[in-house]
Amino acid sequence: MDFVWAFIIGGLICVFGQICFDVFRLSPAHTMTLLVVLGAIAGGLGLYEPFAEFAGAGATIPITSFGNSLVKGALQELKLHGIVGVITGMFEITSAGISAAIIFSFFAAWLCRPKG
Amino acid sequence: MANKKNQKLTPTQQEYQKLAKKAEPPRPVLANCLRAFLAGGTICLIGQAVQTAFIKWGGFNKQNAGNPTVAVMIILSTILTCLGVYDKIAQWAGAGSAVPVTGFANTMSSSALEHKSEGMVYGVGGRMFEVAGPVIVYGTVAAFIIGILHWLFNPSIGGGF
Amino acid sequence: MLKGSQTWVFENKPTIISAATVVGPFEGQGPLADDFDVIHEELLIGQDSWEKAEKALVEEAGELAIKKAGLSKEDINFYIGGDLMNQIISNSFAARTLGIPYIGIFGACSTSMESLALAALMVNSNAANYVLASACSHNAGAEKQFRYPTEYGSQKPPTAQFTVTGAGSAVVAKGGKGPKITSATIGRVVDMGLKDPFNMGAAMAPAALDTIRAHLREMELQPDYYDLIVTGDLSKVGYAIALELFEKHDLPIKKDKYVDCGMLIYDYDKQEVFAGGSGCACSAVVTYGHLLKRLQKGEFNRILAVATGALMSPLSFQQGESIPCIAHAVALERGEG
Repeated sequence: MDFVWAFIIGGLICVFGQICFDVFRLSPAHTMTLLVVLGAIAGGLGLYEPFAEFAGAGATIPITSFGNSLVKGALQELKLHGIVGVITGMFEITSAGISAAIIFSFFAAWLCRPKG
Repeated sequence: MANKKNQKLTPTQQEYQKLAKKAEPPRPVLANCLRAFLAGGTICLIGQAVQTAFIKWGGFNKQNAGNPTVAVMIILSTILTCLGVYDKIAQWAGAGSAVPVTGFANTMSSSALEHKSEGMVYGVGGRMFEVAGPVIVYGTVAAFIIGILHWLFNPSIGGGF
Repeated sequence: MLKGSQTWVFENKPTIISAATVVGPFEGQGPLADDFDVIHEELLIGQDSWEKAEKALVEEAGELAIKKAGLSKEDINFYIGGDLMNQIISNSFAARTLGIPYIGIFGACSTSMESLALAALMVNSNAANYVLASACSHNAGAEKQFRYPTEYGSQKPPTAQFTVTGAGSAVVAKGGKGPKITSATIGRVVDMGLKDPFNMGAAMAPAALDTIRAHLREMELQPDYYDLIVTGDLSKVGYAIALELFEKHDLPIKKDKYVDCGMLIYDYDKQEVFAGGSGCACSAVVTYGHLLKRLQKGEFNRILAVATGALMSPLSFQQGESIPCIAHAVALERGEG
C-alpha cells in the first residue's frame, strides 16, 4: 500500500508542477522555488510530517520535502538552542541531499562530458 | 480593452498579441499532466523501493531512511544526466522529472557538466548552482522566516509573547 | 544607390561567385542534406567545446567559399560575419585564422542577409573587390548561452525552435558566374511587446512584414515580381502568422510563393524540432546551400531572401524586457553560370 500511495501522491505533486508550467506559464526555476516554499510552509504548520507518514516517498522525493527538511532542521535547533538554532540547524537534515548533489555533480563533471 | 498588463502596449501591439496568441499551438495540458503523473509517480515509486530497502537491510528506520534514499536518487539522476538521457526523459515527463529531487540533481549535474569547458574552478565550481540556486536560496529564506515566526508565536518552542 | 529611405539598389549587380555550407549531424539527417558541402558527424566537430566547434564551422565555411571561388585569403578585401555567441567570438576567432580585415556584426538570426547586404554594398560601390559574408550558429552553444545546460531536463513547448548547427559563407565579387544581388533593404527594429523566449516566430513575424513592405514600397514592386519570397526562421508558428499579416495588409503573398528556411531544413516527422529551425545558420545554410542552387538551376529567376532575428539577450529577458526583432531583405537574381 505504501507503494501505491507513494506513486499517487508523488504523481499528483508533479501534476501540480505541470500545471504551473503549462497553465500559469511559470519557468521551471519559478515552479521549483514555489514548491520548496510551499513545502517549507507546510512543514512550518506541522502538516508535512503526517503527510510523509502516509505518502512515504511520494512526499519525501518531490522537492517540496526539501523545504520541509529545512524548516524541520531549523525548528529542531530552535527548540534546543533558541533563536540561533534557526540558522545553525537549517541544513542539518538536508545535508545529505545537498552534499550528495554537489559531490556527485563534481565527479560527474570531472569524468564526463555533455552530449548536447 | 485596457487592463493592467496591457497598459504599456500600444493598440497595434495589443492587437498583434491577440493574433499571436490565437496562432499559438496549444500546449497539450492534459497529456502533459498525465505524463507528469506517471513519470513523477514512477520516480517516487523507485524512491519508495529504495527507502524500503534501506529500512529492511540498511538498519535505518522510517524516520531517518529518507536521507540515504535521497542520496541514492541523486546518484541515479546524475548518472542519467551523464548518459545524456535525463533531458530526453524530461521532454516526455515534464514536471514529472523536474519536481522530484532527481530534477534538482539534474540541474546541478547538467550545469557542472556543461561548464566543464570553462575549467574545474570557474566552470564546474562557479556555475554548478546556476539553475538550482533559486531553490536553495528561497528554501533557506522561507525556512528562516518560518523559524522566526515560530520563535515569536509558538509557545511550545519557548517563544511566544 | 539609395532608393527610398532604407533600400539599396545595386546597379552594378554584385555577384555571389561562390558559397559554402557546413553543417552538423542533425542537419545532415534532414531533407536538404545533399545540398550542404560538408556534414560533420559529431556535434563537437573534433573540438573541446561547443563554442570552439562553432568557430571551427565558420572557419571551414569561409575557407571553403574562398577556395570554391578560386581565390586565396589574401584576395579577399573584407570579412563580414556574425553569430549568436557573446561578443561574436565564433566569427572573431575565425577572422583571426583567416587574417582578412574583419567587420563583426550582430543581427542574431538575420545576420546572413545583413552581412550579404553590406558585402553587396561594398562591392557595388567599388569599396571592395571581394567580400566574404558569413553567419553561423551551434545548437548546443546557443542552448547553453540563451537557455539551459544541454543536459538539463526542460520540457520545450510546441512553439520552441531548434537552433541549426552550421555555417554559411558567400564570396561577393564585381562580376563572374553566379547569382546576382540586385537590391537590399535594411530593416528597422520592430517590437510587439512579446516576451516569450520560447516563441520567437511570433515575435519576429512583424519585423519580416515591416521589411518586406518597405522593400516592395521603395522598389515600387508587387510581390509577384519575385518567384519566391523566403523568410529566415519564422518556422511553423511565425510562418502562419506572417501569412495572416500579409493578408491583413493587402499583400498578395500566398503559400505557393512563400517559404521559410526554418521549415525547410528539418523533417518534422523524423526530427523532434517543434516549430522548426532557427539560428543564424538557418537562413545562411538554406539560402546558400539550397536556394541558390535552385535559383541557378532555373527553377526561379528572382528571389527575395528575408532573414529574421530576435535581438534579445538572456539578461534583457530576465530584466523583464520584451523581444525586439529585425529583418533584412536581399533580392537575388539568377546569373549566368
